[in-house]
Amino acid sequence: MYPASFEYHSPTTVKDALGLMGKLGDDAKLLAGGHSLIPMMKLRLAQPKHLIDLRNVPGLKGVKEDGGTIVIGAMTTWYELETNAIVKAKCPIVSETASIVGDPAVRNLGTIGGGLAHADPAADMPATAIACNFEMVCEGPKGRRTVKVDEWFQGLMSTALKEDEILVEVRVPALAKGTGAAYLKFPHPASRFAIVGVAAVISTDGKGTCSKASIGVTGAGTKAVRAKGVEAGLSGKNLAGAGAIEAAAQKGAEGVDVQADLQGSVEYKAHLCRVFAKRAVEAAAKRAG
Amino acid sequence: MAVTEDRLFGKSIKRREDPRFITGQGRYVDDLKLPGMTYAAFVRSPHAHARIKGIDTTAAKAHPGVVAVFTGKDMTGVNSLPCGWDLRKEKGIPGVVQDLAMVPHMPLTSDVARHVGDPVAVVIADSQSAATDAAEKVNVTWEPLPAVTATDKAEKGPKIHDVPTGNVAFKWALGDAAATDAAFKTGGAVTVKKRIVNQRLVANAMEPRACVARYEDATGELTLWVTSQNPHVHRLLMCAFVLGIPEHKVRVIAPDVGGGFGSKIFLYNEEVVCSWASRKIKRPIRWTASRREAYMTDAHGRDHVTDAEIALSKEGKILGLRVKTTANLGAYLSTFAPAVPTFLYGTLLNGVYAIGAIHVDVTGVFTNTTAVDAYRGAGRPEACYVLERMVDAGAAALKMDPAELRRKNFIPKFSGAFNTLVAVTYDSGDYAGALDKLMQVFDYKKFRAEQAEARTQGRLLGVGFSTYIEACSIAPSKVVGALGAGAGLYESGTVRVHPTGMVTVYTGSHSHGQGHETTFAQLVADDLGIPMEQVEVIHGDTGQIAFGMGTYGSRSASVGGTAIKMSLNKIKEKGKLIAAHLLEASPKDIEYVKGQFQVKGVPAKAVPFGAVSLTAYVPHNYPEGLEPGLDETSFYDPSNFCFPFGAHACVVEVEPETGKVNVVKYVAVDDVGNVINPMIVDGMVHGGIAQGVGQALWEGAVYDNDSGQLMTGSMMDYAMPKADMLPAYVTDRTVTPTPVNPLGVKGAGETGTIASTPAVVNAVVDALAGLGVDHIDAMPLTAERVWKTIQAAKAGK
Repeated sequence: MYPASFEYHSPTTVKDALGLMGKLGDDAKLLAGGHSLIPMMKLRLAQPKHLIDLRNVPGLKGVKEDGGTIVIGAMTTWYELETNAIVKAKCPIVSETASIVGDPAVRNLGTIGGGLAHADPAADMPATAIACNFEMVCEGPKGRRTVKVDEWFQGLMSTALKEDEILVEVRVPALAKGTGAAYLKFPHPASRFAIVGVAAVISTDGKGTCSKASIGVTGAGTKAVRAKGVEAGLSGKNLAGAGAIEAAAQKGAEGVDVQADLQGSVEYKAHLCRVFAKRAVEAAAKRAG
Repeated sequence: MAVTEDRLFGKSIKRREDPRFITGQGRYVDDLKLPGMTYAAFVRSPHAHARIKGIDTTAAKAHPGVVAVFTGKDMTGVNSLPCGWDLRKEKGIPGVVQDLAMVPHMPLTSDVARHVGDPVAVVIADSQSAATDAAEKVNVTWEPLPAVTATDKAEKGPKIHDVPTGNVAFKWALGDAAATDAAFKTGGAVTVKKRIVNQRLVANAMEPRACVARYEDATGELTLWVTSQNPHVHRLLMCAFVLGIPEHKVRVIAPDVGGGFGSKIFLYNEEVVCSWASRKIKRPIRWTASRREAYMTDAHGRDHVTDAEIALSKEGKILGLRVKTTANLGAYLSTFAPAVPTFLYGTLLNGVYAIGAIHVDVTGVFTNTTAVDAYRGAGRPEACYVLERMVDAGAAALKMDPAELRRKNFIPKFSGAFNTLVAVTYDSGDYAGALDKLMQVFDYKKFRAEQAEARTQGRLLGVGFSTYIEACSIAPSKVVGALGAGAGLYESGTVRVHPTGMVTVYTGSHSHGQGHETTFAQLVADDLGIPMEQVEVIHGDTGQIAFGMGTYGSRSASVGGTAIKMSLNKIKEKGKLIAAHLLEASPKDIEYVKGQFQVKGVPAKAVPFGAVSLTAYVPHNYPEGLEPGLDETSFYDPSNFCFPFGAHACVVEVEPETGKVNVVKYVAVDDVGNVINPMIVDGMVHGGIAQGVGQALWEGAVYDNDSGQLMTGSMMDYAMPKADMLPAYVTDRTVTPTPVNPLGVKGAGETGTIASTPAVVNAVVDALAGLGVDHIDAMPLTAERVWKTIQAAKAGK
C-alpha cells in the first residue's frame, strides 16, 4: 500500500493555499485530514501529484458563537466536535453525529470540512447537515460566498464547491427551544459507514404538535437528500397521535436514488430509509418534548 | 534450587510472549533489515481469466531504482507449486470416484491468468516505492476470457484447465450408499432435504504474508524468512519440488508471525519467486503483501454448496444421512486443498450421533477464484454445519425439541474406541455429559419461558445448539499416507539441558498466536519440577530445530507436546543413571521427584537436577560407558487423531424491522481433554467463537460471477467480527482425557470455530420459527437476508 509519489505543500494562509491551487490546477488535491484521500492514494485509485495540506492554516480550526449561529472552522476534527461544549449545548446532534464517524483514528484527524467537501454518499454528517440547515462558507480568488445545504450536495461525491475554492467554514444554526434532533444509522458491518442514516430535527408547539420538521437521509443513494415527503407528513401533525410518525416515515425513501450493493437491494435499503426515518423522528420528537 | 510447590500443568499462567507483542517489540518478517536489501512488487492479473498475449517490461526496467524484472518465461527450470495431497485410484486411496487432476500452478503464470491477483511478473528495486511504481509500467497485453466463479456454476462454466470433464478436479465418496438408500426407505421415516451453502471466507490474519529471501553467493546458502506455520514443510516443498535446490543449503525461518488460521501453511508463489530471484540478483529481496493482496491471494476457506438429506424415525432416531457437496477449490490446487473437502470433511459427518447409515459424495471444482485450502477447522466446520443444521431441521419436522432430539441420538459414553460409519475411530467421549453441563450453565427452561413471553411482545428471541465433535492433533502418518497425504504428520521435540540446569526446548510446532512459548515451558517445568524461568522455547527455524511438521489442525500440544514429553522421559532416564552413580545406588532404585533424583522413598538421599546436568557436562565422576551431555530429541507419531467435543448454545434476538441479528448470549462447554493452561485455552475458544459467529453473521468473500472480480477485497467491504458485535462468552469444560497420548490433551485451537457457526444459525432459525421458518440456506445471515426471510414467511402465511 504505497502511494505514487507526490509533492507535499503546507501553506499557512488561505490566500497561499488558493495561490497554490491556481498554480497547480488539476494536479493538486487539498488535504483536510486525509482519511478518505490517503486510503485512495494507497490503493492508487487517486494519484495527485501535489497535496496541499490545510492543517497549518490558522483560523480554519475551532468553534465559536456568532449570535444564534455556531461557526465551525472547516479543519475542526470530528473529535473536537464530539467534545466541544458549545456544540454540545447548542446543537448536540452535531456532536452525536461526529461521535459515530469512522473510528477514533478517523475522528482524531478527519475534519468536518474535509468530510462535507468529499461528500461520500454513505457519510454521516451530510444527513445532519441537511436536517440542521448547515451553511457552507467557501473562499475563492474572488472572495467568500455562502452556500445553503440544499444546494451543496449535487451528486456522487460532488458538491457546489468550485475547483478554485476552499470550504473554510460551516455555519450551524443553534437549535431553537422546543426543538429536538437525532441522527440514527444502520451501519455497514465492515466499514461502519451508513447503509442508511437519517437525521431529524423536530420542533413542537409544546403540546405535541409538530411545527417544523427537517429531515436528511444519507447512505442509500448517490448523495444525501432532504426527505421532503416526511417533512410534509409531519408538519402540523400531533406526533403523539397513533401512527402519525409511522405514516409520515413511509415517505422516507422518496427522492432517494437508492443504489443496490452488497449490503442491500433497492427494496431493502428503501425499507431501511422508512424504518430509520421513523426511529430518528421518534427520537427527535421525544427530545423536543 | 527453587522447587515449585503446585503443578504448573493446569495453571493459568500469563503468556510470556505478550509483553513483547503489546509493546511493539515483536520481530516480524517485515521488520527485517539487511544490507543491500531490495524490494519486490508483483504484477497481477486484473482479470479473472485472461490469456497473456505479451508482457513488455522495457519501461519498468528503465524506471529509476529498478534492479530486475522477471516474468514466468525467465524462470526456466522451475517447477509447479506442488499439491501435497493425492486422490488417485491407482494409489489405492479410498473413496476416489474420479482421479484428482493435478493441474500445474506456476509461480509466475505465463500463458493464462486464472484469477484476479494471479501474479505474472515481479519487479525488484532498491526501494518499495520504486518497485511499486515500476510494476505499474509493466505492460501486459491481455485477451480476456469468459470466467466462472460460482461454485454451483463451475461444472458448466468456461474451461479453466485442461481437465477431462468441465472444471471437475476430482470426485470422491464415502460411506454406504446402498445402506443409506435403504435407511431413507424405512417405513414411517420422516425425511428432510435442505440446500446448505457454506460460503467462502478470507482468513485475514492480522499480519499479512511476507518473505525475505537472501542468497549468499560465497557459501551458496539461501535463507528465507517467511510468515509460515511450518517452516520445514516450506523448505521441503520449495527445495524438492519447485526450485530443485539442495535442502541442506536452505534455511527457513518463521519468526514472530501474526496469525495464520491455516492460510500460512501453504507454499505460495511469492516466496518461491523471491527465493529464485535472490539467487539471480545475489541480493536479499523483501516482499510484504498489502491487505489488498492478502484478500486476493491468501488461500480462502470453505465454499461448499451442499444438498443434504436426513431420515428420522417418528421417535426421533436418526436413520440416515445423505450428503452431496460441491467444493470450490479455486483456480489452482493449493498445498493441501484436496484433503479439506474429503478426508477432513466426510469423516466427520457421523458427529456425536449413532446414525443408521451415511453416504457423502463430493465433487471438487475449479473456478476463476483464489485457491481454497484449510482455514481454521478445515472441513470439520463444514461437516459440523451440515450435520447440526440437519439435526435441527429434523427436529423441526418432527416438532421435537432440538436438545431432546440430540440426546436421543448421542453415542453413549465410551473410552478407547468408537468406530464411525465414515472411516474414523473416536478416542473417547461423553457427549451427553457435555450437554448436561451446558444445560446446567445455561438455564434452558428459563430461556424457553422468556422466549414465549418475548414472542407475545413481538420480539424474536431464539436459541441454537451445536453438539459437535472434531478430529485434531493430526495425525498418524501411516493413516494419512494411505489417504493421500504427501507428508508424514509426526512432530519433533528436543530438550537440551545446559550444564547449569537451564533448559532450551526446540519444537517443530510453530507459534503464531497460540502461546507455545508459555505452554511448552509450563509443560517442561512441570515435568522436571523446575521453575518456568529456567525453560526457553525455540521454534520456527530449520537451522535450529531437527524437523517439524508445524502447527495446524490443533496438533501442537498433543503431537508437538508429546514429542517434548518423550524427550523429557529420556532426559530423566539418563539423569537416573548419572544420579545413581553419584549416590552409589542402583539406577532402578532412583526416582525423580520435584526437581531431584533421589533414592526411592528417601528424599534426603538425593541429587538435584542441576547437579546431574553439571555432571553430564563435567563428567569427572561418571558412569562407565555413558555418553556425556544431556540433550535428547524425539519424534512422535500419534497412533490416532484426538476427538474433542462439546455443546454450545447461542441466544440471539432478531430485530423484526431490519432483520439485524444481535447475539445476546453465548455459552460454550468444551471437552479438549486435559488442559495445560486454562487461560490460553479459553482465549483460543473465545477467538474461535468470534470467527465462527463471524461466518454465521457477517463474513463472506463475494465474487461477481460475470466479471470475476472480488467484490469484498478490503476490510471496508469484508465484515470481520469486532468486539462490540459480540457478547461476553460463558465458557466451561468437561474433561475426558484422551488415551491416545501420555498428556491426555486433545486440542483446543479450532473447537470454537467449528461449533459456533451452526449454533448461531440454529438460533436465528429458532427465533423465526414462530413465523414458520425452518431453514435459511445461505450465510452470512446479513440483516437483509434475515429480513427477506421474514418477509417471505409473512407472505407465505
